[in-house]
Amino acid sequence: MSGAGAEGRRTGADAPRPGAETSENAERDELYAQLRAYEGRAAATAGRGKDPVNEPMIRHWCEAMGDTSPAYRGPDAVAPPTMLQAWTMGGLSGHTDGTGRSAAYDEMFALLDGAGYTSVVATDCEQEYPRPLRPGDRITFGTVIESVSPRKTTKLGTGYFVTTRTDVHADGERAGTHRFRILKYRPAQRNKDAEPARRPRPVINRDNAGFWAGVAEHRLLIQRCTDCATLRLPWLPGCNACGGAEWDTVEACGEGTVFSHVVMHHPSFPAFAPDGEGGPYAVALVELAEGVRIVSNVIGVPYDKVRVGMPVQLEFLRTDPDLELPVFRASEGG
Amino acid sequence: MTRAYRVGDELPPLDIPVTRTLIVAGAIASRDYQDVHHDAELAREKGSPDIFMNILTTNGLVGRYLTDHFGPTAVLRKVAIRLGAPNYPGDVMRLTGRITEVAAGEPAEAVVQVTGDNGIGRHVTGTVTIALPGPSPKRSGT
Repeated sequence: MSGAGAEGRRTGADAPRPGAETSENAERDELYAQLRAYEGRAAATAGRGKDPVNEPMIRHWCEAMGDTSPAYRGPDAVAPPTMLQAWTMGGLSGHTDGTGRSAAYDEMFALLDGAGYTSVVATDCEQEYPRPLRPGDRITFGTVIESVSPRKTTKLGTGYFVTTRTDVHADGERAGTHRFRILKYRPAQRNKDAEPARRPRPVINRDNAGFWAGVAEHRLLIQRCTDCATLRLPWLPGCNACGGAEWDTVEACGEGTVFSHVVMHHPSFPAFAPDGEGGPYAVALVELAEGVRIVSNVIGVPYDKVRVGMPVQLEFLRTDPDLELPVFRASEGG
Repeated sequence: MTRAYRVGDELPPLDIPVTRTLIVAGAIASRDYQDVHHDAELAREKGSPDIFMNILTTNGLVGRYLTDHFGPTAVLRKVAIRLGAPNYPGDVMRLTGRITEVAAGEPAEAVVQVTGDNGIGRHVTGTVTIALPGPSPKRSGT
């Protein structure tokens, strides 16, 4: 099939979509409508297997699978039926002219790639084997795009399921049907080289500016009411014991114990995880020696080793060039 | 091949060590050169923690599990699989199977529900239809 007619239609799909993040719903509907137009169209016509069914490829397959069945060896050998799709694959050099892939299929993929759905994972494979394949059989096939799903969100990312059906013939005889479903998706995690995940910035205002000024000097400052001497943390405009508006500060000595804690598993938030990979992390309520409590991270132990009552010591952690935070290192066991 | 198969029969489980070599060898034997099946760095850029087994290899292993059990005269008619938790290197996938239908005939056919579980969950769920010829008059397992 000539690609000339396809080129004109592809340009729109290849154009960048700067509005993708701001008008997600509109984009979804529009893209889905475009994708659905490909349902029923050929994904491959008059495809030809690059190699006839042959013993070396059968042997390599059986070696990889650990399949020692005698049915796949010797003068009466057949090919393992589950190898069906392998005979239609483009391989390293891809589907070049004459081996199948249609312009419609390429166009649809270009649409998805252009919209950021660049990754592929196969999810379903349904095969029927009406006739065994034997060495020497010449493979031909045709593929139709059966369906495209609405946009779905999966653990891997957001994307569209595309289902194709391939009819495989051997020397002109129907030999197999192969229904295949892939997810064409936008990866959920970005390339690590792009930019490391950053923690959210604290909101600093006139009520808590003194706290953050202390952190900048590596001092954890607790507010103290000058009327009734009650300590308070986090910082507040007034005393929650007597209502007094005047205050001064006391510097925490840095000793504390874990009063309570939770482990965050989901959603993954790479900036908070010690490994930066988005794994689980512990959030603790630490009771300071002075008697007030602060929400922070416990470092120096795996998330699942944080315990209530565990002694901890204040430290200041620079999470990125613009942010330093008070955190608590588990002091148990040095 | 003289034994009778019955609905409810369980196949003995088969443990498949998911090595990096198996993943790459399976991908290449199935002519699948998608980078996520052989290049860990590119797999990570696409949001996967490592390379993972391609669906064709899973399909081949499911087929092998059935024919290992039923013997070389058994013939696969249909294999339908759905993938879930990926097979990453270092894991072990345990295949299990249970006969859910047996149809008498020439040859008899059985339907087997197959699952493959790995360390992170259910990798594969499948339904396989397999023809079970009686004692073969010709081509006796040479």
